[in-house]
Amino acid sequence: MLSKRIIVCLDVRERKTTKGVKFQGNVDIGDPVTMGEQYYHEGVDELVFYDITASAEERPIDIEMVKEVASRIFIPFSVGGGIRSLDDMRQVLLAGAEKVSVNSLAVRNPQIIREGARAFGNQCIVLGMDALCVEKSSSIPSGYEVVVKGGRERTGFDALAWAQRAEALGAGEICLNSIDADGTKEGYELTVTSRIAEAVGIPVIASGGAGTPEHLRQVLTEGKADAALIASMVHYGEYSIAEIKEHLAQSGLRIRL
Amino acid sequence: MSAAVAILDYGAGNLTSVACAIRHLGREPLVTQDPAEVRAAGRVIFPGVGAAGAAMENLRRLQLDRAIQDVFESGRAVLGICVGYQVVLERSEEDQGTDCLGILNGTVKRFRFAQGIVRKIPHMGWNEVNFQNRHPVFRDLPEKSQFYFVHSYYPVPDDAALIQGTAVYGGVRFAAAIAYRNLAAVQFHPEKSGRPGLRILENFLSWRP
Repeated sequence: MLSKRIIVCLDVRERKTTKGVKFQGNVDIGDPVTMGEQYYHEGVDELVFYDITASAEERPIDIEMVKEVASRIFIPFSVGGGIRSLDDMRQVLLAGAEKVSVNSLAVRNPQIIREGARAFGNQCIVLGMDALCVEKSSSIPSGYEVVVKGGRERTGFDALAWAQRAEALGAGEICLNSIDADGTKEGYELTVTSRIAEAVGIPVIASGGAGTPEHLRQVLTEGKADAALIASMVHYGEYSIAEIKEHLAQSGLRIRL
Repeated sequence: MSAAVAILDYGAGNLTSVACAIRHLGREPLVTQDPAEVRAAGRVIFPGVGAAGAAMENLRRLQLDRAIQDVFESGRAVLGICVGYQVVLERSEEDQGTDCLGILNGTVKRFRFAQGIVRKIPHMGWNEVNFQNRHPVFRDLPEKSQFYFVHSYYPVPDDAALIQGTAVYGGVRFAAAIAYRNLAAVQFHPEKSGRPGLRILENFLSWRP
């Protein structure tokens, strides 16, 4: 039986792990490779390195960092932010990443999912998606709209329909971030997560809102997610990977200990 | 015969992580497409990500299909990973049916689950492998170790005696690890499976079949 996965996300800016803090902008909290290595030794199942400035500043992804991660960390990791083309995907995968994550690029050009899946295999392509709870309408029948640029820009895409379309195009996995829950530490958005997880046949990673191990249990059971993404709850030492996994295992979830 | 550890590069995907893991274990791998270099290597890792059809096509085009056969027949240690395991069998259901190397008797089947069982495909993530005995490549692994899998098809060797470890997905128990003479093969990715995965690679590097 497959284990539920715990994935740590490291937001990277100029080779530093960074964390957005309300009203303060971004605060650097460490070296991403060192932090990733530490989580690897603590037993995390997967890592995500997300270059938060590569997209906005149109800088290429830091391939040297990806290579360094690959040489020190022997679990799957994905790289997102700043993927602009099939060639970027190739570079990141050849540098040793298991997967690449596309978000706004796929909104602008959905065919990149198909092209990436054909060239590298479905399992390499993760669709990252930010969903915002909105009023139901004929164009957004699910009541969840895909947004980009950290929620500042609406796309007119229905989140549920977009997830299904991405699967049809060849995405191997969906990382679903709830803009409403993100940063609240009050728990994942279970409704949108379970609706999307049930609507697609590919794994769904839940993101946004984790504050306690119990939140992970909720999203991995009621929320029907296959994996849970966490960041600040471990970055600041509030919880360790082991504590979180222990809680989930004691709740009867299948976990890699 | 050199002491080199060759990693077969046949365009089947990401070899970097395999090469990184071997380097981490203190050996400098030779990543190669050259059949002569493969034949001359001390031991060979046959990785694979991607589809069986494309893998076989590339192996034939690069004439690596014969080179693998030769290395196997010469008695040198070979490790097949994922598709590199699947294609040593005779045939895969993937890509409307693909003829494979046929070094071992057996087939590769698409996951089909019994009625009422709903599971996502690919089988992707960490799953437990139950190792039956103490083959040199699969020794010193903690009980209930989990390994990282990514696959939609699973290998079914004809001879159940070759099976070293099994995993279960959606009620389907399959041969996650096998060994036959100088060949060991795993469906999971030891290079992405943390400590127990590195242990298998380390065991392979010192294996004298």
